[in-house]
Amino acid sequence: MGNFLVWLVWFLAAGGCLATGVAVVSVTNPFYSALALIGNLASLAVFYLLLSAEFLAAAQVLVYAGSVMVMFLFVVAYLGGRADAPWAGGPPLVRTAAVVAAAALLVEVVVVLGLAWGDNLNDAAEISDAFGSPGSIGELFLTDQLLAFEITSIVLLVAAVGGVILGTTPEKREIE
Amino acid sequence: MSGPGVGWYLIVAAILFGTGALGVMLRRSPLIVLLSLELMLNAANLTLVAFARQTGSLDGQVFALAVMAVAAAEVAIGLGLIVAMARRGVALDVDRARALRG
Repeated sequence: MGNFLVWLVWFLAAGGCLATGVAVVSVTNPFYSALALIGNLASLAVFYLLLSAEFLAAAQVLVYAGSVMVMFLFVVAYLGGRADAPWAGGPPLVRTAAVVAAAALLVEVVVVLGLAWGDNLNDAAEISDAFGSPGSIGELFLTDQLLAFEITSIVLLVAAVGGVILGTTPEKREIE
Repeated sequence: MSGPGVGWYLIVAAILFGTGALGVMLRRSPLIVLLSLELMLNAANLTLVAFARQTGSLDGQVFALAVMAVAAAEVAIGLGLIVAMARRGVALDVDRARALRG
């Protein structure tokens, strides 16, 4: 019974994830696209919970679906009608090539998956209850992954400075 | 693990990645290109978390957190670029934005 519930939640999350993913790409209005991405991030958070990554699921909802997407929606609202670009561009050949390239990428990944499917992917490791908890991840960040942690902070600092510089352009020139 | 094995997650992640790649290559609005890029990053994150569960090592989850931080940085810079383009009157269309000079 518990197993059935897990599968049910998994299929609901997978359906939501794929449907919102297609919506992000196919909707014309960037506002609805951003809203669909929020749904996508929420269903991914469900996946993370199923994979016993509790802290990551919380961070996903707070950081990603919360702050990052709010920033996105602010910019979409700021741009207003100017944000509406044509759906897809270029001659039909270019469009067909894009679809073929994306399909080739997908087939490639699926074939690699199929080749690796054998015994390796079936039995998951035994984990303790602390797996994925904030405590264990924080401990890892302050011991083994300290360098990655510090470099991430530098990356975020540089991005913040870059965002400020991009946002404060004094002169106004027309390019096109 | 009761419930779906790691392969199921990998299939979803692969389809999500393909969808995002299609959006990046097909769409012309830079905003939607950024959003599709987020889809691809999240698909990669899902594989990282799935393999972290599979191998019983938390390193994948730590990497996924780093990817989330990089994605936040990328969104900040990308949105800054888009706002700068809009302010200078450049058309918000990735096929028409060709000049690299400011």
